[in-house]
Amino acid sequence: MKVFASYNIKGGVGKTATAVNLAYLAARDGYRVLLWDLDPQAAASYLFRIRPRVKGGGKALIEGTRSIDGAIKGTDFGNLDLLPADFTYRNLDLILDSAKKPTRKLRTLLTPLRAEYDVIFLDCPPSISLLSESVLHAADLLLVPLIPTTLSVRTLDQLTDFISGFDGHQPRVLAFFSMIDRRKSLHLEISEQLPTGRSDFAATAIPALSIIERMSTQRAPVAAFAPRSVAARCYAALWTEARARGGLPAPPSAS
Amino acid sequence: MLNGNDWPGPDGALPVPGPAFAWAPASRPRTLRRVWLDTFDWRLYRAGLTLEQVSSRARTDITLTGRDGTAIAAEQVGARQPGQAAAKPNWPARLEALPPGPLREHLGPVVGVRALAPVAKAVSVIREHPALNSDDKTVARVAVERMSVSYPSAATPPARLTVTALRGYQPQALRLIDALSAAPGVAGATQSALEAALAAAGRRPGDYSSKIDVELAPEMPATAALAAVLTALLDTLEANVEGTVRDLDVEFLHDLRIAVRRTRSALKLAGSVLPASLTGTYRPEFKWLGDLTTPTRDLDVYLLEFPAMAASLVAATPADLEPFHNQLARKRAAAQRQLARGLRSTRFSRLSTGWRDALARAAPGRRRPTAARLAATKITHAHQRVLSEGAAIAAASPPESLHDLRKRCKELRYLLEIFGSLYDPGEQWRAVRELKGLQDCLGEFQDTQVQHDKIRAYAAELMAERAAPASTLLAMGEIAAGLMVRQQQARNEFSGRFRDFASPLSQSRIRALTATAAP
Repeated sequence: MKVFASYNIKGGVGKTATAVNLAYLAARDGYRVLLWDLDPQAAASYLFRIRPRVKGGGKALIEGTRSIDGAIKGTDFGNLDLLPADFTYRNLDLILDSAKKPTRKLRTLLTPLRAEYDVIFLDCPPSISLLSESVLHAADLLLVPLIPTTLSVRTLDQLTDFISGFDGHQPRVLAFFSMIDRRKSLHLEISEQLPTGRSDFAATAIPALSIIERMSTQRAPVAAFAPRSVAARCYAALWTEARARGGLPAPPSAS
Repeated sequence: MLNGNDWPGPDGALPVPGPAFAWAPASRPRTLRRVWLDTFDWRLYRAGLTLEQVSSRARTDITLTGRDGTAIAAEQVGARQPGQAAAKPNWPARLEALPPGPLREHLGPVVGVRALAPVAKAVSVIREHPALNSDDKTVARVAVERMSVSYPSAATPPARLTVTALRGYQPQALRLIDALSAAPGVAGATQSALEAALAAAGRRPGDYSSKIDVELAPEMPATAALAAVLTALLDTLEANVEGTVRDLDVEFLHDLRIAVRRTRSALKLAGSVLPASLTGTYRPEFKWLGDLTTPTRDLDVYLLEFPAMAASLVAATPADLEPFHNQLARKRAAAQRQLARGLRSTRFSRLSTGWRDALARAAPGRRRPTAARLAATKITHAHQRVLSEGAAIAAASPPESLHDLRKRCKELRYLLEIFGSLYDPGEQWRAVRELKGLQDCLGEFQDTQVQHDKIRAYAAELMAERAAPASTLLAMGEIAAGLMVRQQQARNEFSGRFRDFASPLSQSRIRALTATAAP
């Protein structure tokens, strides 16, 4: 089992769209996939038409009084389950703070799901917090969507520096440009120059496309409702890179 | 699981699932070819197991499921690309036709030496309908299966509806099932797909057993009772002819022979209530039939015991026996050809049709004696014969005296089986318990003798034909010696077994049994 986390300190950069589409594409490839919507805004849950409610809230999950297993919901797509968001997730930092080894907590919680899923996607809220740190320790691969600005790139460097200070397990990083607006010369300039020479950058970039925004009205991954669109093709290319970088073996059904 | 008689309608419309749910467009239909397999005597069904071969366009799988429908083991036996899976067996076939693996291992102890054959065949067209909640979220998938049965006869069972909850939506799925169950023409399905297919085709699972399946009443005329039993035995005999001729497995011949032996015993011991011309005509015919089946069955027994015999060797090795095994297999093939010719002959077809007609004519004959009276008289007489002949056997008695006693025991046992439905099953079982022990001992004594004599004859043949090296003959000698040891053991056990059978308690059980039905 591999854990892929869609993470950025900033909000509105395409984390949820990435997690939802890549989780969908992984499931379509035959992997058994769980997507955990860790963001109390519950955008991923909304996109899969699943009500953002977990019995006992985040506290029960983190403290183990309720099993994660019982909170999982099936999406409308085969092989793809979702652990919904809950408004109490806004307090996950506080809850983690009172737990033992808080930065390792998420990894421990996911361990029992190892037999049931091939990939777990974590859709993280935008922050740098105890929860984020726990996510970074749990993840095998960090998918980091970046809007092509100088400050975003600086944020990526801060993140990789932070990870390199971890003892033992360190997640790999796959950064990629997201929401590229071709009308903006700065976007084009940075997105063409920066990835050169950086091993943690994906060749694929996700443009700013209205069809991606339409996910919120269609309430489905763009790869599901517009499989031939440019956006769907971009996510498919990103998934191919992510799978290779995350070291995910071929799906069971492909053997 | 639900059954629907009136839906989906010609337009494919499903019943309205209540105000809380809506249907999303159905998936494209899937077509599956389904073949259910079992042994001729329904060993899997009786053990609560279902074995089904399902073929789609891409692949064929065989799955064994338990009573609750959960899969126990499965094996892929066919793929679009050659070499991707084991070959699909050509049913009927023995278990060895399946690739080695968990499925074969699970089936082995239940199926034994029997062949697996289709008991039903159907083509299913399945459409999946997602059921949506008020958020347009799928909470369950409802598979509608329309089955066209082609075997054992063409039939169309009611459509079957399977509701599968999506993970985390079990409560909503249960509400959906309640809503669907309330729709007109829908009812909870109590039968499995196999049972539904068979019911539509007019067949009952478990409808064959080698046991005598006739309900006799104590006061019914003995002639009618005996005719009913003999007709049931003829049914069993005929049911096993095809399997015997096609040599599907050794149990067809075994069951056929038992039906013949029971018939012969019934005619010999109780045939006096039938017209004399009838017994006079058919007793020789059934003797012919019995004799026809003997060579193949004897060789079957030898071959069935062969692995155990080979494993028992101490001085020789199992490989030494290979020429002997080949000799037995050749003889068996020749005997089987002879047997099949006999069962396809005019003589046999005249015997079976003539016998059925004769029994039908004889059934409404004399009103007296009653079935219970005849049973009591014959069982008491046979019991007394076993007691007196057994008591006369001493340590110095010749082997023939034990062989004869075995025949008397068989007669008593057959009478108890033929008239078994007149008695309480529990009392009957207790009555035959000691008899079975005695029969096992006498059977071992005689079978080892016969096998010993045969192996000597086979060895002589192999020598005369120069068809086996000395090591084979030495190994056969070792087996012959082992058979003699077993025979001696059986002989040593005899007095104890007979003492149990002749004990006052055992005697009183048989007397009580006949007394209950014939006051």
